[in-house]
Amino acid sequence: MNSLILRTIAPFLAALMMLFSVFVLLRGHNEPGGGFIGGLIAASALAIYGIGSGVDTVRRAIVVHPNAIAGAGLLMSAVAGLSAMFMGRPVLTGLWWIPVVEGIEIPLSTVLVFDVGVYFVVLGSLASIALTLEEGD
Amino acid sequence: MTVPADLMLWVALAPFGAAALAPTLVHKLGAKAGWILAIVPAALFLGYASMIPEVSHGATLRAGVDWAPALGIRYAQLIDGLSLTFALLVTGIGTFIVVYAGGYLKGHHHQGRFLSFLLLFMGAMLGLVVADDLISLFVFYELTSITSFLLIGFDHTREPARRAAVQALVITGGGGLALLAGLILMRMVSGETSVAGLLASPDVLREAPAYTAIFILVCLGAFTKSAQVPFHSWLPNAMEAPTPVSAYLHSATMVKAGVFVLMRFAPTLDDTALWHTVLPLFGGATFLTGVILGIRQTDLKQILAYTTVASLGLLVMLTGLGTQYAVAGAVAYLFAHALFKGGLFMVAGCIDHETGTRDIRLLGGLAGKMPVTFVAALLGCLSMAGLPPMIGFVAKEVMYDGVWQIGGVSVATIVAVAGNALMFCIALSLLLPFFKKPGEMPKKPHEGYPSLWLGPIVLGGVALGSALMLETTVHALIGPMTGAVLGEAVELHLHLWPTGLYPPVVLTLVTVGAGLVLFALYTVVRGGVGAALDAIGWGPDRGFDQLLGALIGLCVRVTHLVQPGLMQRYVTTTFVLLAIALLAPIAIDGLPALSLPSDLSEPQYFVVIASAIAGLWIVIIAKSRLVAIVSLGVQGVMVALIFMLYGAPDLSFTQFMVETLSVIILALVMTQLDLEIEDHRLKGHMIKDATIALACGLGFAIVLYGVVQQPLDLRLSDFYMTYAYDIAHGRNVVNVILVDFRALDTLGEIAVVMAAGLAILALLRLGPLARSEPSDSTMTATRKASSGEVTS
Repeated sequence: MNSLILRTIAPFLAALMMLFSVFVLLRGHNEPGGGFIGGLIAASALAIYGIGSGVDTVRRAIVVHPNAIAGAGLLMSAVAGLSAMFMGRPVLTGLWWIPVVEGIEIPLSTVLVFDVGVYFVVLGSLASIALTLEEGD
Repeated sequence: MTVPADLMLWVALAPFGAAALAPTLVHKLGAKAGWILAIVPAALFLGYASMIPEVSHGATLRAGVDWAPALGIRYAQLIDGLSLTFALLVTGIGTFIVVYAGGYLKGHHHQGRFLSFLLLFMGAMLGLVVADDLISLFVFYELTSITSFLLIGFDHTREPARRAAVQALVITGGGGLALLAGLILMRMVSGETSVAGLLASPDVLREAPAYTAIFILVCLGAFTKSAQVPFHSWLPNAMEAPTPVSAYLHSATMVKAGVFVLMRFAPTLDDTALWHTVLPLFGGATFLTGVILGIRQTDLKQILAYTTVASLGLLVMLTGLGTQYAVAGAVAYLFAHALFKGGLFMVAGCIDHETGTRDIRLLGGLAGKMPVTFVAALLGCLSMAGLPPMIGFVAKEVMYDGVWQIGGVSVATIVAVAGNALMFCIALSLLLPFFKKPGEMPKKPHEGYPSLWLGPIVLGGVALGSALMLETTVHALIGPMTGAVLGEAVELHLHLWPTGLYPPVVLTLVTVGAGLVLFALYTVVRGGVGAALDAIGWGPDRGFDQLLGALIGLCVRVTHLVQPGLMQRYVTTTFVLLAIALLAPIAIDGLPALSLPSDLSEPQYFVVIASAIAGLWIVIIAKSRLVAIVSLGVQGVMVALIFMLYGAPDLSFTQFMVETLSVIILALVMTQLDLEIEDHRLKGHMIKDATIALACGLGFAIVLYGVVQQPLDLRLSDFYMTYAYDIAHGRNVVNVILVDFRALDTLGEIAVVMAAGLAILALLRLGPLARSEPSDSTMTATRKASSGEVTS
């Protein structure tokens, strides 16, 4: 894409979108959002970055192949689901651990890990397709 | 001291752990890793050996934990005479195989992966033989098929290896599915979920009407796995695998899984006319087929493979005869066969490794150059030939005792003697490479590494020792196992040296005599059998290719039928089927009660609906496609307005977005596709399309109308709304449903996203991209396609 504006703005936009996607992912349990939409936003970020700065730059920036990200996400979700089994609970039961740090409750759970896994699968799968399509240009 | 069964329940999974470590260990230590990894099976062997005293006194050790309690599935183990002997064979021979594989594949690029697969198989096989729960038995059964597939196809760059791997997977995996159906039937008929439960009430299955179905399904599973005619051809082809695999999976252990299943369920399924007919019939046919096909071979591994097929047939035949001595013969022979065939395969691999060939026509004079290997081969061949003082001789004596007691000179007796005579001849021919004049061998032979000859020499030693200490062997292994197969404790009296000239001894003398005659004519017999078989030409192996070819041909034709590449036909088919799906229930059940809503008469609704209808009318009469698309949007916007009027702003907003985007994308596609502006369909064509469209529309209208007439059931939504925060700590109910209440669906869906992503990637990479520029709309469409699967 030969647009100076896009080339200049793409890295910043992508970084902002990445950050926003994490925000959307984390707030998802209580407000609109979640791993799926977060992953979509993150994949769009990479796609825009790819259009602006070239696919090779993106591939270098994310270090591993997008499919590896997706695979890791799937594994993460599966492990999060299976972890309940080792606690003697049915598979995919959410386990919660809510530590209090300086008076603030931080709710952590296997459900969160599961959702992060969803995020990575969506991010990885769609980014891998988008980047391949962009390479075809 | 006996290791408690509860502990063994978990220790039995150790090979899986070792499999995970294998690649790292090989990377760090090289070929020495084999010696370290062998500690795992060796320790397991000792653990199981410690159970011998208890089990030989008739005890049955059980342990288990719930796996999927809702389905009544447990991870449970049962140690009795049958499973203990198998467990000892799996771990004992496994120990030497791991050591052997360390030496055999020394320096191979993927040795770590190989050892990993081998240990995975070991874990699966061990899990199978000690399984108590019927379903976990099946899980391990299929795991052995899958690991066998991986090991046969280990050298995956060679086409024959890939074909053999697929063939083995199709045959044994397919048989496994039949077994699953059989096991489920057993559960339904008896209400028992465990092997122990079934064995406790042995007559339930026999007396059930479903007995025949269960019997056929179990036999299908067992016959495919244990390579019975006509499913045998995968086993000789599996010799494509590296030799440690052939020695371990395809002679000593995995192929016996079918026989194991028959023996496991024998107390509940045997003693019927079906059992006593089918098993000896298929077993006997396999026995003869195996030795006849075996005698024509010149490749050491192929000879051993066909005699393995024969031996498996013999085992099935003896199990089917089902008398005390026939079963004792099967048990003794199974034990003997695992030892001599495992050892001989390792010898064959050793010879291959040191000389570069396995062709017995080329090999010769190895006795002096490879003395240790020679001793191992001699012990193995003596046992295989059924000569004293080896355990193979004892097994043959008991087996002859068994067949003779049933009916003197019967078909079974003749089959046994004829097969054994051929086996005797083949066993002698396996010693030829050590004596006869050498041919052109690719490498100059010398003795191999200790890791290569350790296994065969120890197995040969055990085959000798277990015969010399026959009373202990019978008391510790053969007796308890025979008892487990028969379902009652037995007193066995076996002897190594014959004490008089009674029928089995006479049969042995006949066998040896006939075998010697055959051996004297060996080259002639080999040529004759080869020529005869070549004349026939067709065999199940070629049949498999034809079957697979026909299946692919059928797929191609079906694909051409439903995927002609004509968009029009796709759309027509989809909508015709949709119309049928919508209208068929109405035709059967009659129309739902329809009453028009009262608020239609209010002016704002009237205007909206009138506008929508006007929009649709323009779609129908419009001459230009672009006008039609835009007019279609009018109707969509009106629907969005109705949502708004009924107080659903978010739905309305989504509808607006979807309408806007679809009009834009459709218009863009129109311009890109370079279609004709005008619609030039013939009248008949238009009437046909109109009929389909009307049928679909009418169907949708009636169904939707029927649906909204039903009282709305809010129990599920109320449940989610009430408990989302209390149980799942989340206020966003949609997300809580996705990641917690219905997380299994999500897990499946992300797996689909991943698979779909990989498939799309593969399609994109098929060639240079055909389209001139992959526009954003293509990308959006792809993204929509994958996200559609998630949200659905």
